[in-house]
Amino acid sequence: MRLSGWGRFPVQDARVFAPRDEQALISHIGAGHAIARGNGRSYGDSAVSQSNTVHMRFFNRMLAFDSTNGLLVAEAGVLLADVIDTFLPSGWFPAVTPGTKFVTLGGMVAADVHGKNHHKEGSFGRYVEWLELMDQSGSILRCSRDQNAEVFDWTVGGMGLTGVIVRVAIRLKQVESAWIKQQTIPTTNLQHTMEVFEAAQESTYSVAWIDCLGTQSSSGRCLVYLGEHATIAELSKRQQKAPFEVRRKKGITMPFDFPSWTLNQYAVKAFNAAYYKNGLRNQGERIVDWDGFFYPLDSILGWNRIYGRRGFLQFQCVLPIDRSEKGLKELLAEISTTGIGSFLAVLKRFGEQYSKFSFPMLGYTLALDFPVSERSLALMQRLDKIAASHGGRFYLAKDGRIAAETIRQSDSRSDAFIAMRTEQQLREGFQSSQSERLGL
Amino acid sequence: VNNNHVLILGARSDIAKAIAHRFASEGSSIDLAARGSESLLVDKADLEVRYNVEVTLHDFDVLDTQSHASFVETLPVMPTTVVCVVGYMGSQADSEKRPDAAVKVIRTNFEGPASIFLVLASHFEARGSGTLVGISSVAGLRGRASNYIYGSAKAGFSAFLSGLRNRLTGSGVHVVTVLPGFVATRMTEGMDLPSRLTAQPEEVAKAVWTAVDRKRDIIYVRSVWRFIMIIICAIPEKIFKRLSL
Repeated sequence: MRLSGWGRFPVQDARVFAPRDEQALISHIGAGHAIARGNGRSYGDSAVSQSNTVHMRFFNRMLAFDSTNGLLVAEAGVLLADVIDTFLPSGWFPAVTPGTKFVTLGGMVAADVHGKNHHKEGSFGRYVEWLELMDQSGSILRCSRDQNAEVFDWTVGGMGLTGVIVRVAIRLKQVESAWIKQQTIPTTNLQHTMEVFEAAQESTYSVAWIDCLGTQSSSGRCLVYLGEHATIAELSKRQQKAPFEVRRKKGITMPFDFPSWTLNQYAVKAFNAAYYKNGLRNQGERIVDWDGFFYPLDSILGWNRIYGRRGFLQFQCVLPIDRSEKGLKELLAEISTTGIGSFLAVLKRFGEQYSKFSFPMLGYTLALDFPVSERSLALMQRLDKIAASHGGRFYLAKDGRIAAETIRQSDSRSDAFIAMRTEQQLREGFQSSQSERLGL
Repeated sequence: VNNNHVLILGARSDIAKAIAHRFASEGSSIDLAARGSESLLVDKADLEVRYNVEVTLHDFDVLDTQSHASFVETLPVMPTTVVCVVGYMGSQADSEKRPDAAVKVIRTNFEGPASIFLVLASHFEARGSGTLVGISSVAGLRGRASNYIYGSAKAGFSAFLSGLRNRLTGSGVHVVTVLPGFVATRMTEGMDLPSRLTAQPEEVAKAVWTAVDRKRDIIYVRSVWRFIMIIICAIPEKIFKRLSL
């Protein structure tokens, strides 16, 4: 069937299997060249193998929950949305969550996803107590920081290339309510934005929407959002009565592909200006619900169709802390000169790297998306060069187009990753279109 | 409805699992019955963790009709609702060549479900309450060359449910007939089904929940099937016998 990631680019012919039990899973993995696919929310080709994509949708059962310490044991195909639905009413929330709840736990481990709290609380891997990994022969290895620690370390952030994650044990965190105390801080330029981030190290959540079409003086102006889980005392009387009850908003479903001309630079520029103005109006503190704070885009089901039939590309890099300001300035200048704006440009301060091949490192990450076109592809190649020249590296869960040499040159860890894959004879057993393209 | 206790017969199927989730999410206790029920331990755990309800497993063989009376008597709690999801399509070609294969299809889809429902009906009638839900099929509304063994067994089951409903009306016991149409399950995996006519198991589960809640008699899952079947049933036999549908 025709298969792609969430960005709908690249689209490839792939054979997809959805085994229903462990026996069937073993026989599919045994065929080799396999990659596990969760809910297909990585953007590019991380979860596509042309000959053997193994869909984990039937491995979606929760196995145990310990309400004394928040430890959840579940199969890898369980959706994060289901975890929240199940446990938020009794006061438990994911310790780390990406910008969509429609991801699987296995996918979260494989990409070692990060959230708005990375600077303070690290990536998802930190809350994985153990995981069980199936190798090509079908045997299952339990790994943790103490047991088969090396395999654990490569698997968290290993993009599914060390085997198929079948079960995980993850720690949830206790919260007092389903509400977030959000503070919106408009900034005037990049330097100002970074000052705000550095001053907000103690905030649990911090993220910025960045206007990437700002001109010289306003380049890097942002709306910085800080957030804390609201305590009972901070809620209104009505909210206090049922602190975990949030009225469900009706989602919208994107019914068709937008024609590609709708997202031209004028539309993007106008949107960005309006969005910033709106932020100025709403600056200061507000209590918002968890869904709106963490997953603003999830309420538009199929929002990827906004970018038209050709799909869209994500660019996400992280720059080391000492090179961040200079690198970001150059990246923004390049985008602004080209005039291809991004609707959803996000800037975020990261904390330390967690596992061996995990994406985040101490510094700043910039995430942008562009509709697929010759021009945007060329722009992104220039952005790759700029990021690499400042010691930056790239988020594989968002990538569907980076050149192998760019990864090899920018990410010194890739050689060790390849050596490990070769030594463990994993390269025959597990591969994605991405790993083939990048030579991983 | 919170104290509802639902017994699901043929609990391994995709439709059965979706129904279990639906009722459990409404707070019902769940009894899962199937052959080799210990292999459903993971599903039991999943339902318990997600919905904080009680789930029990029971060995049940729909073809072993001798055991049905004792199966019902040894249930720890007499359920308030029973859903029979048992279904077996077999291979039409096999069924035509080997009578024993055809008999297995007929017994699994008709004889077995009728037998267990007769036992349950007596208990429910004596108690004066309960709901029996039979998952039948639109294939039972008119025999077609491509699946008439399965279809005729489902036709028998549908007629049985209709008679049972007639018998029990006034006794406090309600009978629901479900005619799902195409459903995306293990049984139809790999078939090229039109997506507008194909329901997801969760849709079937939702329809069953609503039918039990509102005491509906005969339900379709996607309403388009009601019209399709009106047309199919209206075609004169003279013409129908020449069609390949």
